[in-house]
Amino acid sequence: MSNFVILPLIMTMFSGIVLLFFKDKIRVQRWISSLSLLLTVVASFYLVHLVHTKGILTHELGNWKPPFGIVLVADMLSALLVATTSIIALCAVLFAFRSIGEARERFYFYPFVHFLITGVFGAFLTGDLFNLFVFFEVMLMSSYVLIILGGTKIQLKESIKYILVNVVSSALFVISVAYLYAVTGTLNMADLALRITAAGDQGIITVIAMLLLVVFGLKGGIFPLYFWLPGSYKAPPPVISALFGALLTKVGLYAIFRVFTLIFIHDQAFTHPIIGYLAILTIIVGTIGAVAYHDIEKIVIYNIIVAVGVILYGLTIGSVDGFTGSIYYLVHDMIIKGALFLLCGAVISVTGTADMRKMGGLIKHHPFMGWLFFLSILSLAGIPPLSGFIGKLMLVQSGLQSHSYVFVGVMLLSSLLVLYSAMKIFMTCFWGEQVLESSQEKGSTKGLLLPISILVGLSVVLGIGTEWALPYITEAAKTLADPMSYIQSVLKE
Amino acid sequence: MEVLMAIISGILFMAATYLILSRSLIRIIIGTGLLSHGAHLLILTMGGLKKGTVPLLGENAASYTDPLPQALILTAIVISFGVTALFLVLAYRAYQELGTDDMDKLRGTEDHE
Repeated sequence: MSNFVILPLIMTMFSGIVLLFFKDKIRVQRWISSLSLLLTVVASFYLVHLVHTKGILTHELGNWKPPFGIVLVADMLSALLVATTSIIALCAVLFAFRSIGEARERFYFYPFVHFLITGVFGAFLTGDLFNLFVFFEVMLMSSYVLIILGGTKIQLKESIKYILVNVVSSALFVISVAYLYAVTGTLNMADLALRITAAGDQGIITVIAMLLLVVFGLKGGIFPLYFWLPGSYKAPPPVISALFGALLTKVGLYAIFRVFTLIFIHDQAFTHPIIGYLAILTIIVGTIGAVAYHDIEKIVIYNIIVAVGVILYGLTIGSVDGFTGSIYYLVHDMIIKGALFLLCGAVISVTGTADMRKMGGLIKHHPFMGWLFFLSILSLAGIPPLSGFIGKLMLVQSGLQSHSYVFVGVMLLSSLLVLYSAMKIFMTCFWGEQVLESSQEKGSTKGLLLPISILVGLSVVLGIGTEWALPYITEAAKTLADPMSYIQSVLKE
Repeated sequence: MEVLMAIISGILFMAATYLILSRSLIRIIIGTGLLSHGAHLLILTMGGLKKGTVPLLGENAASYTDPLPQALILTAIVISFGVTALFLVLAYRAYQELGTDDMDKLRGTEDHE
């Protein structure tokens, strides 16, 4: 039964391969990709259930015992993130049916989405550092293609920078893996954790920890390393930005969480304050960007950076409550950023522009879209009945308990400014003077609102059904706070 | 031996950094090539350069070199090969489409599209 861990991974990879054979049969591609992603959603929720009932699941590939072979590990955090990812992938593909255009669909759009999801699943599930690198590359390689696909000028310009930054960070990842292998002689995460704990106070391990923070910070868009993100996420069509914004930076965050709760726990007095300061600066920079722009996509992009900072700070609090808040906010943020990018896509397909000074009065002809947008803004800012609230509440509580008043102040103020930045979109685009008559609109929202309503609905459910969701998330946080349970279930000692 | 190799990969990293910071796109891609060479050489070095036979059991030797870093390098080589091929084609397309390989002229998002 432990084979079940690999099922989401295998399913998306297999259907990605199958899709390659149906280049010109777009209807077939749509059917296969939506069906396989629907099955993946079911499988990944069953995986969450299995982890909940049976504890951490491991799958030893090729029956090699853990330090020697590659092992896939599904603890509650991985399982929850896999489930969230599969829902977002399904919604993005449904959105793509009506928005991406036939030319892109003909040139392997769906296979690359599947390979991207495969890479993300693999990064969440792996228990081996070099295997994590390989799955990062699977994910990044698909993202390179998705960001270029279509070949417009802005995409070509931005993808050069995106690829360059990621090539450099991948080389840094390889270098830090090499250093870590020289110090410990192993690459399995659980085994690494044991050997580093045994090796004790070595400055060199702290250096490697910081190097890995740079690597994952480049992927995750934390403060001094976020510079590539706004341009790159602006370039591709909104549905691809939705996949990137909801998934890619979160994989970097997950890797930081995994590495700094499992492997590098020996010198937290040095590493955690640095991560904390970077997180606070990330929030500030993101907030400034979100307030500054008049481009609806740019505003959402800077909101990603704000959320990255908020989630990252939960790591440095170190208590179970802090982790719970972070993970709740992480799951919420993946869903809501997916929803917001798709909403931007719907607005752009109606108005033909992303500049909010050129639109207004959309609510007259698109009331449903308007109120969906309103709900997702409230959820983004953390208004009580919705999903953004609990995560921030727990972060504030545990921040106050650990006396990090600066963080609490910055986070609450940034919530206000995030609300301002998103409400600015709502008030100028949906209220105000009507710019376009219904006959002048560039496109329709037909079929676009279904996937968005799934995501927004999920966010509402996650907010109202906190008592139902919280046991799972607390369980994930407890596993993070207690690395020995992870190590024991992998190494079975 | 390890010290010499460490210095050599250091020189490779230095050259790579210098080339990546230049303006011409093709020099940047050469820089990424040097960067991956340096990284691969570093894995080999950090695995240890002890004397021993090639990792083939048919050799029946007393000691072998560490096979794991070699497998890691092989994986990293094909990955960086794939990425470099994509990057070169992208540079070619960008040159055709945008008419420049100067990174300074690839700035700006004013002309959306």
